[in-house]
Amino acid sequence: MRYITDRKRAVGKGAAGSGTGHHWYMQVSAAGLAFIVPTFIYIFGKALGSDYATVLETFSHPIPAIVTGLMIIFGLHHFNRGFETLMQDYARGHTLKISIILMTVFTYGLMATGLFSLAKLAL
Amino acid sequence: MPLNALEEYRWPAPDCGAMAEPKKGIVMAGETKGVERPLSPHLQIYRWQVPMLTSILTRVTGNALIVTSVLVIWWLGAAATGEEYFNTVNGIMTSFIGDIVMTLSVLGVWYHFLAGLRHLYYDAGKGLDIPTAEKLGWACLIGSVVLTILTVIIV
Repeated sequence: MRYITDRKRAVGKGAAGSGTGHHWYMQVSAAGLAFIVPTFIYIFGKALGSDYATVLETFSHPIPAIVTGLMIIFGLHHFNRGFETLMQDYARGHTLKISIILMTVFTYGLMATGLFSLAKLAL
Repeated sequence: MPLNALEEYRWPAPDCGAMAEPKKGIVMAGETKGVERPLSPHLQIYRWQVPMLTSILTRVTGNALIVTSVLVIWWLGAAATGEEYFNTVNGIMTSFIGDIVMTLSVLGVWYHFLAGLRHLYYDAGKGLDIPTAEKLGWACLIGSVVLTILTVIIV
């Protein structure tokens, strides 16, 4: 039994209106994060709780700084796109759109804050 | 729309005979008695199962991790601000409550990590039969606890 019209099936955008692009982004970022996350847990876990000089020393090295940068960018972007799916399941219309806009603003703000702090520490 | 799905459940509706397609032009249930469409079983009357629980937990952990993200970036920002503020934030994050929050965060990260790998495996069209899916669900639950313990020991 078909629940969608022929035209909607031909366009192929689905209920969320973005086709398979969103799903594919989540797969690609998940595959990347599978390597970034364990490395970041190790770097951050070692740095958390150590003294100020050690933290400055840690993030002035290229690999910890690069991994942290990747974590901030792709972790938060993966989160933001995942939050979209959450809202698409539970909200409709304006509530859906406004919640996605607000969370995107918040996520990118957090991302920029994290990258600024990292740049200041690393350089 | 009737709330008690079990009592009202009729499919196909008797006056529709064998016709499975809904009639065009019918707006919603409640406006017509002609078509009673099947309603999804509500969570409260649905038996909890491993694949269902582990799927819900993936969503819960993934979205809850924004709290961890805010804390980690707050800590980074404090380190970029100066020694005094860093010591304050570092102290809060390594206090008793901080330790609990960070340990739960690690558990959430590892759970979401394993469930994400499982999702990629499912997306490849594999492991979808019920016995394998149940085993993978248990692997995510147990694996995340084991990885959390290892993280606390090593890091």
